Amino acid sequence: MLTRRQMLLGAAGGWLTRRSMAQAPAETLESLPGKAQLIRRAGRPPNYETPLAGLVPAFTANRDFFVRYHLAVIPELDPRTWSLEIGGASARRPYRISLTQLRRDFEPAELTAVNQCSGNRRGLFAPRVPGVQWGNGAMGNARWRGARLRDVLHRADLAPEALEVWCDGADGPVIPTTPDFVKSLPLERALDESTLIAYEMNGAPLPHLNGAPARLVVPGWTGTYWMKHLTQLRVEPTACESFWMKSAYRVPAGAFKGSRFASQDNPDTVPITDILVNSLITSHVDGARVRADAGESLAGKAWDNGAGIDVVEYSVDGRRSWRAAQLGRDLGRFGWREFAVSLRDVPRGAVEVAVRARSRDGSQQPEKLTVNPAGYHDNRVQSVRLEIA
Amino acid sequence: MSVPRALPLLALCIAAPLRAAEPPPLREGPGREVTQTNCAVCHSVEYIPMNAPAMDRVGWQKSVQKMRERFGAPLSEADAQVVLDYLSVNYAGKGG
Ligand code: HEC
Repeated sequence: MLTRRQMLLGAAGGWLTRRSMAQAPAETLESLPGKAQLIRRAGRPPNYETPLAGLVPAFTANRDFFVRYHLAVIPELDPRTWSLEIGGASARRPYRISLTQLRRDFEPAELTAVNQCSGNRRGLFAPRVPGVQWGNGAMGNARWRGARLRDVLHRADLAPEALEVWCDGADGPVIPTTPDFVKSLPLERALDESTLIAYEMNGAPLPHLNGAPARLVVPGWTGTYWMKHLTQLRVEPTACESFWMKSAYRVPAGAFKGSRFASQDNPDTVPITDILVNSLITSHVDGARVRADAGESLAGKAWDNGAGIDVVEYSVDGRRSWRAAQLGRDLGRFGWREFAVSLRDVPRGAVEVAVRARSRDGSQQPEKLTVNPAGYHDNRVQSVRLEIA
Repeated sequence: MSVPRALPLLALCIAAPLRAAEPPPLREGPGREVTQTNCAVCHSVEYIPMNAPAMDRVGWQKSVQKMRERFGAPLSEADAQVVLDYLSVNYAGKGG
């Protein structure tokens, strides 16, 4: 987790690293064009996560929003010449559309949603697993505006046998032997009214490193489906065979709750789909000193797959008894929910405060990690140790 | 994006519009040059130290195999051995 000291060090602009808490990876802050200082996990392709301070506001600023790429060739697309191709064997009227047309021809839809990388918190896994070693910041909450994918697909007159929508973006591999990043969605999810082709994020055009000029927004599902720099949609009667569907982004069958993606299932593994219920304390880091009478609150965010947060609870007695935290404004079922606990209500001295969220679908953050080879879905209950005077 | 087969590697590297600082160099040791050359084609070499805590020799063996078989890393068998030995000595931090 990021400390204020690191923020200051980072702001000085140097190449600075520091080992943080025992299990967390080393952290380097760096600023890319159009971005604030983010925690660098890899420079090429760019993989940068949001420092804790960036996750404090209700909406994660575009300049603070995390950056995640698999492949290192990332063209900057000119919005005036960019176009999106809609086709495939199950599209009876394939067509191509410009950004101006996308904005003009389809009724804009707007919603707030958490975008969370499938591998968020992989770096906290024990035992450790390979992959980008993310901490807590491969996620953010934003207001997305765009056309409904459903409307764009319907214009192509879909055939009844349509099964999946295969999605491609402009970013690509350095050498052609590396599989291009192509993902698919089951038709019913593609036709869900909340799935968007977004061209705006928090009221501004998408930043380049978050998928300009248009990207998919698949609220409730992990970031892997949110194709950036979208260039092609293919409606197909068969399952997409991309490496990134068949081999990557999969979890052991039956291990986690989530929407079925039946055309991509196999006996051992299934594609990752829904975000699991989770929470993050954003107001304090481990070891913080607090004055009880200063009127401070312990605060953070809770989110899930769109079922909606039912309750956030906290414990100050070693996770034996739990009390409800106060919930903030409802930003919509796909957005995160802010919570707060007045520190006046917490005993003085050395206190460990644990927080857990429960979803309206009944699922609750677990105490134990469900270990899986790719390091997904760490939604364990977290806590901070405070020194309350 | 599908990449035209004949595009020279260098042109593609330049196409990536990024101003990230160079990552710290890999540790000194036999095999460092071969590793640096072969493992920085598609991504920066910092993928190596980043993953060290998750790796032992078997882990690196699987990883190098994945780079070759799944991602098409153009590595000769001999170079793959050199890389594996280098990584196992310098970046196997699992359990440690
Ligand atoms: C042909 C391209 C290519 C080459 C060459 C290559 N890699 Fe990779 N490597 C990839 C891709 C693509 C990823 C996935 C990146 C991501 O998801 O962020 C990756 C990811 C990794 C990871 C993270 C774990 C994982 O499996 O995703 C490690 C570790 C790694 N590479 C090590 C190496 C080593 C060591 C070499 C040198 C033998 C190497 N790579 C050479 C393409 C390549």
